[in-house]
Amino acid sequence: MAVNQALPRVLRTFRGRPPDSPDSPEVPGKQPRPAARAKSFVMRMRQDSPLLLMTAPAVLVLLLFTYIPLLGSVVAFMDYVPFLGFTNSQWVGWNNFTALFQDNLFWGALANTFEITFLQLLLFFPVPIMLAVLFNSVAMPMVKKFVQSVIYLPHFLSWVIIVALFQQILGGGGVINRILATHGMSGFDIMSDPNTFQLLLTSQAVWKDAGWGTIIFLAAIAAIDPQLFESAAMDGAGAWRRFWHITLPGMRPIIILLLILRLGDALTVGFEQILLQRDAVGPNAAEVLDTYVYFNGVVDGNWGVATAAGLLKGVVSLLLVLAANKLAHRFGEEGIYRR
Amino acid sequence: MSDRPVWQGKPRPIALALKGLALFLICAVVIFPFLSVVSTSLATKQQIDANGGYVLWPTSISFDAYRQIFDGTGVGRSIVISLGVTVVGTAFSLFCTVLAAYGLSRRNMLFQRGLLSFVLITLLFAPGMIPVYLMVKQMQMLDTYWALIIPSAVSAFNIVIVRGFIQAIPHELFDSARMDGAGEWRIFWSLVLPLSRAVIAVVGLFIAVGYWNNYFGPLLYLNDQTKWPLQLVMRSFVLQNHVTSNSSAQPGLAAPPAQSVQMALVVIATLPILCAYPFLTKHMSKGMLTGAIKG
Repeated sequence: MAVNQALPRVLRTFRGRPPDSPDSPEVPGKQPRPAARAKSFVMRMRQDSPLLLMTAPAVLVLLLFTYIPLLGSVVAFMDYVPFLGFTNSQWVGWNNFTALFQDNLFWGALANTFEITFLQLLLFFPVPIMLAVLFNSVAMPMVKKFVQSVIYLPHFLSWVIIVALFQQILGGGGVINRILATHGMSGFDIMSDPNTFQLLLTSQAVWKDAGWGTIIFLAAIAAIDPQLFESAAMDGAGAWRRFWHITLPGMRPIIILLLILRLGDALTVGFEQILLQRDAVGPNAAEVLDTYVYFNGVVDGNWGVATAAGLLKGVVSLLLVLAANKLAHRFGEEGIYRR
Repeated sequence: MSDRPVWQGKPRPIALALKGLALFLICAVVIFPFLSVVSTSLATKQQIDANGGYVLWPTSISFDAYRQIFDGTGVGRSIVISLGVTVVGTAFSLFCTVLAAYGLSRRNMLFQRGLLSFVLITLLFAPGMIPVYLMVKQMQMLDTYWALIIPSAVSAFNIVIVRGFIQAIPHELFDSARMDGAGEWRIFWSLVLPLSRAVIAVVGLFIAVGYWNNYFGPLLYLNDQTKWPLQLVMRSFVLQNHVTSNSSAQPGLAAPPAQSVQMALVVIATLPILCAYPFLTKHMSKGMLTGAIKG
């Protein structure tokens, strides 16, 4: 033990530079850091060049495909013509935004987006919480493990497969309709009914991700001190009261955190999922912000207006996260980051 | 058998039965569609027609649908493309992620704070679809497989997970290696890589699943249908009911693909995920929690 603790100190004097010890506790007292700081820039550069080289690929990819495109959002203020490129296209000020606000399709897409978000908050969000509580109450480890590995699976399937599965079961020619027909009952076609499309989206999302969503809530329940349950039971609290007064408060920080994250994503609703089914129900029911950007920009070539819509979405999303976080702080919760 | 703590007491039989029923129904809802898809893909045409378009339990098994798929419909090629993009993409993505995670785990590296914030900021600000598309276009990557691989290769979230794992390695190991004169590359290769194999495997599997399942990337970047990966071909076969253009030259195949062929395609696209699934479940809750808690 003594050797272990002494070793870094030896190294420090040996190399004239604090050893790299990411998780080592700060040693109180004399620290050779000032000396290390004083080391010339060139020497540190030479010493750290392998490390800098290691981070270079990731930094380069992020620079090219995150940072430069972020700057490229200026297209929102241009009449962008691909032939002319960034440098020769005309600046048009806020024109793209005014054109956007005059487009009825945009408002329709926005309304659909909010409706879907609201529906998913209502019908999707509580499901993983309830499932987690149910699984947690399963006492047989074998059963618990089996059920868990079954319901995590859909999370890893692509949306193409999910929609295909739904079509096979619920579609106009799907299993359930055939069974209904053979029993002389009238069928339904939920896969192409614009009126119920948002419910369909939500149920697909539940089927795919509700099981996966339980992981984080199960972890939250597991982190609750079992003695709390035990002493509550001793004092005569039944299962329901234990749930209400111990389990639920124990999960509250995680629930609030996920609510905030969901709120920040309020304008993002299953783009791939909707794009796959947009043809079946028509754009009136299925157009959301992301599909609006895709069809207006990439398909129809209105680069400026589409980018303006995307930029607006990004800015509003960021504001929503910050606002939700502030709200969480006001209620005495921790939120995403601490104050 | 049961792990029930003593203080919970024995549940009433009715409650137990209800709970069992709920669990059974939940599992059935997940498993039933798969059962129907696999059965339909294996059934003969007569059986499907007699049953009205679906089969829940094939009486006679036929692999005709699978044979038909690999007979010049372009599906075989799309599978090769998907596998190639997944393998190369995962390798490239892991290369960037793990190297950067090690570099950024070194607190006294030059510019460490700046570079770390550079990476973390991308968690908050995501560029829009159009600017990224224009960038890919500008770099002449449209209609190349690089467009599917590079733009999505680096995620700050993955870097944070791997970095957290590397930071948990006892620093004495690094110190002694350095004492023995090992350089950074040597330390990375003989210490960091072997010790973080578990987390690399999990993150790699998640990345691979992402590449395999990607369908919007190819839709956005690949105009040439002969370059389409499996997910896009499956979309046109199963959801849009027509075969991809390169095969419509053959008159026999211009008709909409049969039900069993569609379902066989779904099975083929699911298979790699099912193969990777045991490994995913083995490590995933651990990986998820490392990411969630250590941040």
